[in-house]
Amino acid sequence: MADVERSSMTTDIVIYLCILALAGLQIVLAYQHTEGSQLVIRMLAVALVQAGLAVMFFMHLRDELPGLRVALIPVTIFVLLMMNMFWSDSFRLLHMRPFAK
Amino acid sequence: MSEATTTMAGHSQAAMEPSPFAIPSKKLVMWLFIISDAVTFGAILFVYGYIKNATPDWPEPFKFSPSIINVMLMTFILVTSSLTMLIATRAALSGDKPKAIRWTFITVVGGVLFALLHIREWMGLIEEGVRPFQNPWGSPLFGAAFFSITGLHLLHVIGGVVALTVVALGYKRGRYKGNDLEIWSLYWHFVDLVWMFVVPMVYLLNVAR
Repeated sequence: MADVERSSMTTDIVIYLCILALAGLQIVLAYQHTEGSQLVIRMLAVALVQAGLAVMFFMHLRDELPGLRVALIPVTIFVLLMMNMFWSDSFRLLHMRPFAK
Repeated sequence: MSEATTTMAGHSQAAMEPSPFAIPSKKLVMWLFIISDAVTFGAILFVYGYIKNATPDWPEPFKFSPSIINVMLMTFILVTSSLTMLIATRAALSGDKPKAIRWTFITVVGGVLFALLHIREWMGLIEEGVRPFQNPWGSPLFGAAFFSITGLHLLHVIGGVVALTVVALGYKRGRYKGNDLEIWSLYWHFVDLVWMFVVPMVYLLNVAR
């Protein structure tokens, strides 16, 4: 039992260090002269890895039934992606009738 | 069988139904809250992205010192408080009440420190002339976007500090169980997770060069 607890604690500390290292990487990326959209993509990619580690290990989603993961993650990603698509698409309305001048 | 009996039978059957996904209902509710809150933050960050891209004179005011150093410190404190919350949760689940309460309060101290550093950051920007609808550098929308996003996150941190304090005290008095502490730890990790997106989007994409 103590061994299991110690090994879990080791995993937690490794994940903690990984998340901090990724936060450091973001700072490095911020000061590189990268083109705007590329920088956003890189920053978001690093943030997604950090978030994935936090959800799976800190929030222990990997220890739950696969059904819970399936119920939560794809739905959230779908809603966020749809939001991104429809909002940007809605800007077209401004250039269409009856708004267009 | 009468309608009333059928309804009663239906109710008792529902009461006996195993909990979905083999987790307590309270934990499922917390997960659903987290998902809806994630979508809220997602929406705000999307809006922020659109506004920033559509505004040519978007300010880039965050200097390495003090702003980015402050943000690094805040990130360190928040991520560390997630680790301390993990220690508290493990202690609570293994029945070590004093250890769980001690580490929960260490987490609370981390949250308070984070909030204080955040307020210091805000005060610095306010002194430089940033207001919700004006600032000395460029688009007036910058202040509105900055204060809305970081303010909503700060509210979550303060809410988490209050919730963890209440649950830890309740756990100490026997009102709450170790599971309750575990459920609120999910919220705390979520607050940490949101910060991982706020930092690059709001601060690091607007560093002064």
